[in-house]
Amino acid sequence: MISIARLLRQLVVLTALLISPLAAFAQGADDAFTRLGADSYSDTARAVEMLVTSAHPQAAAIIEALGDGRLLAGGGAVIVKTRDGKLIDAKTGQPVATEPAGLSAVRLNNNVRRVVQAALGGLGLLNPDAGKRIAAAEAVFKSRDVTVLPVLEAAIAKESDAKAKAALRQAQAAILIVKTDAPPFDRLAAVDVLRERGDQEALATLRSLPGDASPALKDAQGRAIAAIEGNLALWRAGQNLWYGLSLGSVLLLAAIGLAITFGVMGVINMAHGEMVMLGAYTTFVVQELIRTSAPGLFDYSLMIAIPAAFLVAGAVGIAIERGVIRFLYGRPLETLLATWGISLILQQAVRTGFGPTNREVGAPNFMSGAFEIGGLAITWNRLWIIVFAGLVFAALLAILKLTPMGLQMRAVTQNRRMASAMGIRTGRIDALTFGLGSGVAGLAGVALSQIDNVSPNLGQSYIIDSFMVVVFGGVGNLWGTLVGAMTLGVANKFLEPYAGAVLGKIALLVFIILFIQKRPRGLFALKGRAVEA
Amino acid sequence: MITRFLIQGMDKRGLVFLALLAGLALLVPLSNLLLPPGSFLHVPTSTMSLWGKYLCYALLAISLDLVWGYCGILSLGHGAFFALGGYAMGMYLMRQIGSRGVYGNPILPDFMVFLNWGELPWYWYGFSSFPFAMLMVLLVPGLLAFVFGWFAFRSRVTGVYLSIITQALTYALLLAFFRNDMGFGGNNGLTDFKDILGFNVQAQTTRAALFAMTCVMLIASFLIARGIVDSKLGKVVIAIRDAESRTRFLGYRVDRFKLFVFTVSACMAGVAGALYVPQVGIINPSEFAPANSIETVIWVAIGGRGTLVGAALGAVVVNYAKTVFTSGFMAPYWLFALGALFVFVTLFMPKGILGTAQDWWGKRRKPEPATPVAEPAAAE
Amino acid sequence: MSVNSTRRVILGAALAGATFLGSFLPAAAQETIKVGILHSLSGTMAISETTLKDVMLMLIEEQNKKGGLLGKKLEAVVVDPASNWPLFAEKARELIAKDKVSAVFGCWTSVSRKSVLPVFKELNSILFYPVQYEGEESERNVFYTGAAPNQQAIPAVDYLAKEEKVQRWVLAGTDYVYPRTTNKILEAYLKSKGVASEDIMINYTPFGHSDWQTIVSDIKKFGSAGKKTAVVSTINGDANVPFYKELGNQGIKATDIPVVAFSVGEEELAGIDTKPLLGHLAAWNYFQSIKTPENDAFIKQWQAFTKNPKRVTNDPMEAHVIGFAMWVKAVEKAKSTDPDKVIEALPGIEAPNLTGGISKMLPNHHITKPVFIGEIKPDGQFDVVWKTQGLVPGDAWSKELDGSKDLIGDWVEKKCGNFNVKTGKCGGA
Repeated sequence: MISIARLLRQLVVLTALLISPLAAFAQGADDAFTRLGADSYSDTARAVEMLVTSAHPQAAAIIEALGDGRLLAGGGAVIVKTRDGKLIDAKTGQPVATEPAGLSAVRLNNNVRRVVQAALGGLGLLNPDAGKRIAAAEAVFKSRDVTVLPVLEAAIAKESDAKAKAALRQAQAAILIVKTDAPPFDRLAAVDVLRERGDQEALATLRSLPGDASPALKDAQGRAIAAIEGNLALWRAGQNLWYGLSLGSVLLLAAIGLAITFGVMGVINMAHGEMVMLGAYTTFVVQELIRTSAPGLFDYSLMIAIPAAFLVAGAVGIAIERGVIRFLYGRPLETLLATWGISLILQQAVRTGFGPTNREVGAPNFMSGAFEIGGLAITWNRLWIIVFAGLVFAALLAILKLTPMGLQMRAVTQNRRMASAMGIRTGRIDALTFGLGSGVAGLAGVALSQIDNVSPNLGQSYIIDSFMVVVFGGVGNLWGTLVGAMTLGVANKFLEPYAGAVLGKIALLVFIILFIQKRPRGLFALKGRAVEA
Repeated sequence: MITRFLIQGMDKRGLVFLALLAGLALLVPLSNLLLPPGSFLHVPTSTMSLWGKYLCYALLAISLDLVWGYCGILSLGHGAFFALGGYAMGMYLMRQIGSRGVYGNPILPDFMVFLNWGELPWYWYGFSSFPFAMLMVLLVPGLLAFVFGWFAFRSRVTGVYLSIITQALTYALLLAFFRNDMGFGGNNGLTDFKDILGFNVQAQTTRAALFAMTCVMLIASFLIARGIVDSKLGKVVIAIRDAESRTRFLGYRVDRFKLFVFTVSACMAGVAGALYVPQVGIINPSEFAPANSIETVIWVAIGGRGTLVGAALGAVVVNYAKTVFTSGFMAPYWLFALGALFVFVTLFMPKGILGTAQDWWGKRRKPEPATPVAEPAAAE
Repeated sequence: MSVNSTRRVILGAALAGATFLGSFLPAAAQETIKVGILHSLSGTMAISETTLKDVMLMLIEEQNKKGGLLGKKLEAVVVDPASNWPLFAEKARELIAKDKVSAVFGCWTSVSRKSVLPVFKELNSILFYPVQYEGEESERNVFYTGAAPNQQAIPAVDYLAKEEKVQRWVLAGTDYVYPRTTNKILEAYLKSKGVASEDIMINYTPFGHSDWQTIVSDIKKFGSAGKKTAVVSTINGDANVPFYKELGNQGIKATDIPVVAFSVGEEELAGIDTKPLLGHLAAWNYFQSIKTPENDAFIKQWQAFTKNPKRVTNDPMEAHVIGFAMWVKAVEKAKSTDPDKVIEALPGIEAPNLTGGISKMLPNHHITKPVFIGEIKPDGQFDVVWKTQGLVPGDAWSKELDGSKDLIGDWVEKKCGNFNVKTGKCGGA
C-alpha cells in the first residue's frame, strides 16, 4: 500500500525539479522497471512512485500507458504500446520492431489505478492543458495534502485561465481548512471559497475542519455549512423532479403503445410487454450486426434500431391481430386470455432463440455519462429518453389527429359499423392500429434496452405499471396517459426518499385505487354515451 | 329441507359434480390408506396431495366464477384473498411449531429469531388457536373484500377500471408481503410446518384427511354458490351482470348485491388458500402475484364461465396440463403448449370446455335455449 | 355446423395427446441410476438456473462416457419448476416419489430450497444446493455446495477494509432473506471492528428494481463525507444490470466508491457493457479467469457442450461440478444409491475444485472453499486481486448473530443440524 499523500509529496519534489531547468536523472528508475515486471500490485504502485521521483523522460507516457492497460512487461522487458499500436521500449524510448515473446499487460487493481490517477493528476498541476490542470486541482482538493501547498500557490500565481484558477483556489482552500498553522485570516477566506463552491464535496471538506479551530472560524464554518445545506436541499428537490420526469418518461414509453391497443382499441393486451421486449431484442440484434460488419456505425446503432424495432414489433402485432384478435372483437375479456397465451409463447420463444440470460446492449457515446447544471446531475441517457418519449408522444398524437389513417382509426374504434358503412376497410384499419400500438411498444424497447435488462422477462416487469398508467390517465386518451405517467413518475420519486422504494410504490398503488373511487373513469374520462355502452 | 331444495334445484351437471367429489372425498383417502402400495387401485400419497392442490385451485376458481360469471365483476386480484387465507392458516401452523424450530425459540418463528425480532408482533397474537385462525381465514379476506368493494361499488367503478384496481390491490399486497419488516417472513414466506391440530402435516393420514376436507369444502362452497345464484338474489345478480344500469333503474341497490357476492367469494377464496397451505407446505408472497390471479381467470374461462362446475374443471385441467408439461422432454417447451392451449380455447371454444361440450350435447339431443352464459357486455 | 365437428376433433386429439404424454413419461428403462435436475427453465429465475441444468446434463453425459456409476448408466430427469415455489415442492415430490431419483441437484433461491426442504425430509432423499446463501441451516438431506456467508461476505469486507482502506459502508441489497441476513452479519462484524453506526448505510429494494437514480445518488451523497466509502451489494441478479448502468452513468468509478457484489458473476456481466465498471469487485469461490488445468479443461468442455465458444462459466456451475463429483464418490464408497448410505458416506469425501484445491464435505454438510476477490475487467471477466490462503470451511451457523453463535451442524457425531455447544443439546436453544 502506498498512500496517495506520500506520492503527492514526492510530486512536490518532482515539480520543483521541473520548475528549475536542471532536470536530473535520479537513481532508481531501473528498479522501477524491475518492479513493473514483478506482477505484484504493491510493486507496480511503488514503481509508479519511483518513476515520478526519478524524473525519467518517459515517466508520464509510461504511467499513462499503465493506466490504459497498454504497458506490457515480461522477461525483463517493459514496453509501451502507443495508442496507434506502435511498440516503444519504456526504458530507452526507442521503437521496438517485433514484440518479444512472453509479454503480458501489467495488471492493475483499484489501488494502482488511484496511484496512477494521482500521479497523472499531480503531474498536471502545471500542465499546459487547462482541462488537465483542473483535473489535477480536483485531485488535490480531494487529497487535501498540506505539502502540495507551495506548488499549488506557484500554480495559482501563474494561472491565467479563470476556471482553472477557481479550481486551484478551491484546492488551496481545502488544504487551508485542515492546515491548523495557517494564518487565521486565510482560513476564514478559505471557508468562503468553499461556501461559494457549495456542493457535496465542499460540505465534506468543511466538515473536516479540525475540532480545535478558533470560535470565529467555527462560527463561519457553521454558517457556511447551513448555507450550503439549504442550497443543496433546494437542488435536491430539483433533482427529484428530474428523476421523476425521467421515470415518468420511461412509464410513458412503456404505456403509450398500450394506450393505443388497450385504450383506443379495447384489447386487454397482455402481450404488450412482450412487444417491448421484442423491440429491445431487435436493438440487440442490430447492434450485433453492426459490431460484426460495420463497427464504425456503432454510435448510430440506436438510430438504426428505432425503425427496425418499430417494424419488427409492428409486424408481430399485425400478425397477432390478423391471426387471433380479429376473431375476438366485442369480447374484450377473451382478448386478455388469448394475449396472455401469446405472451407466454413469445417469452418462451425468445428464451429458446436467444437463451435465457441477459443480452448486452451497449450505450453509444452520446448516451454515456452525465453533466451538471448547478446542483443537478443529469445523465445523458435519461435526457435522451425523455426527449425520445416526447417525440414518440408527439408523433403518435399527430398520426391520430392529423392523418387520414388516424381519422379512420378513430372512426372504427368509435363506431365500427358506421365506419364500415362509410367505406372504411375496418379489418385493415384494425390490423394497422394494433400494429401501430405494437410498433410503439417496440420503440419503448429500444429505450428500455439502455437502462434495463434485455432478457425474456423484460416485458413482464412493465406490463402492470403500463396498465396502471393507462387506467389512471383514462382509457382512450393519449393526454391522460402522458399526464398519468408523469404524475406517477414524479410522485414516486418524491415519495422514495421518505418512504423507501417499496413503501413508496405501495403508497402509489393505494393512491390509484382511491383515485379511481373518486374518478371511476380515470383522470381524463371520455364523455358521452360511448362510456355507458 | 334445505338440502332437498338444493338437490331439486340442481341440474344434472351439478349432481354429477357433487357425486364425483363425494366419491373422491371417500375413495381416494381410503384407497391411499388401506390398499397396499403395489395394488392397481392404490392412490399414491404424492398423487393425492397433488390432486388436493388442484382441488384447492378448483375452489378458488369457483369463488372467482361466482363474481365474474354471475355478477360480471372481473377480479384480477382474487389471488390476494386466496393468499390472505393461506397466510392466516400459515400463521397458525407456524405457531404450532412451538420450540421445535431450528433455534428452539418457543414463541418466535425461526425467521423472526433470525432477523433479531424481540417479540411477537401484535397481529400474530391469537393465531396459536385453531378456531381463531379459522375465523381469520374467513374474516381477513372477507373484510378486505368488504371494504374494497364498499368503496369501489358505491363509486360505480366498473369494467376494466375495476379489474385494474383489483390488480393494483394484489400487487400492493405482494410488495408489502415481500418486505421483511412486515413480519410475515418476507420472500421466504412461512414454511417448515410441523403439526395441524396435533397431527403431523406430513403424515399420510393427515394428508388423506386434508384431501377429504378439501373435497368437503369444495362441495360446501359449490352448494353455497349454487344456492346464491339459484335464489332470487341470484337472479338480480345475473341481471346486474347483463344490464347493470337497467337493474339499478328498476330500483335495486346494485352496489349492495355486488358487495355481498364479492365478499362471499373472497371468503371462499380464503378457505381455498387455507386448505392449500398445509398441503403444499409453503405460503409465500408470490401467491399475490398478479400473474397468478390472471391465471385463475384463465382457468375459469377455459372451463366455462358462469357454470361453476366448469370453473372447477378448468382449474383442474390447466393445472394437470401444467404438471404434465413441466416434466420430461416437454419441460423446456411447456410454455408454448400452455400458451397455445389458451389461444386455442379462446378461439375455438369461446364458452369454455363445459359450454362447448354442452352445446355439442344439446345439439345432439334437442335444441336447447341459450346457455346461462351470456355474451359479456361490451363495457367489460 | 361442420366447423364445430372439426373443433371437436382437434380438441379431442389435443386432450388425448396430453393424456398420452402424461402416461408415457414415467415409463423408462429400469437399469439406470436416475438423477433429478430441479432448476427453473422458465419464469424469472430461468435467467440463472437454465445454465445449471445444462451443466448437470454435461456432467452426467461425461460420467456415462466414463462408464456410468456402479456399472449402470446415469439418467437425467429434467423438470421445470417454473420459478414457482409451490411447484418446486410438487416437482421435488414427483422426482423422488414417482421418478425414484437417487439424488436431486437443484434450486437457486432460498425460498425454493425452503419450499422443497420438507419434501426431502419426508421422503428421505438428497439435495445438492449449489448457490451461495444466507447460512443458518444444516439439514440432513441437503448438501450445500455454494458459499456460506463466512466464505464470501466476510472475506470481501476484510479485503476492502484492509486493501482499500474503506471506512464507510453502504450495504445495499434486494429485500429478501439472503441480503437481510448477510447484511445483519456484516453489520455485526463491522461494528465489532469499530465502525460507527453512522458510517453504515443499509438500503433494501424490491426484486427487479429498475429505477436506481435516487439510490445511486444517495450512495454518492453518503460517499462524499470525506471518508473512503464502499458499497457491499447483495442485489439480486435481475436488478443488477440497471444498477450498474446507473452507476456508470452517474460516473461512480471503482477508484472513488468501489462496489463489491456477491451475486454478480460472469453470466450477469455478459449482459452489461462492462467498460464503465472497470475495477468494481466481486467475491466468489471461483472465477472463469483462474488459470488451472482443471478449469481450462472445464471451460473447453462447457463451450464444446453448448456449441458456443463465448459461453462463460461461473461460481454456481463449479459448485455443481464439485457436488456431482462428491456424490459420485460417495455412491462408489457406499456401493449403493440408497439415500441413508450415501448421506452417511458424504461427509469427509474430497473432490478437486476447479481452482486448484481439494474441497471437502464437512460434517455440517457444507464444503471447504477458497475465497477470491476479483475486479471487473473490460472484457466482462474478473481479475483476481486477492485470495485466501488455503480453503475456508463453510459455517452453517453464523458466529456473528446472537441467535446462532452457539450452534453447529454435525451430522457425523452428533447427528444434529442445530447442536447447541453451550447446552450440549440438539435443537437450538
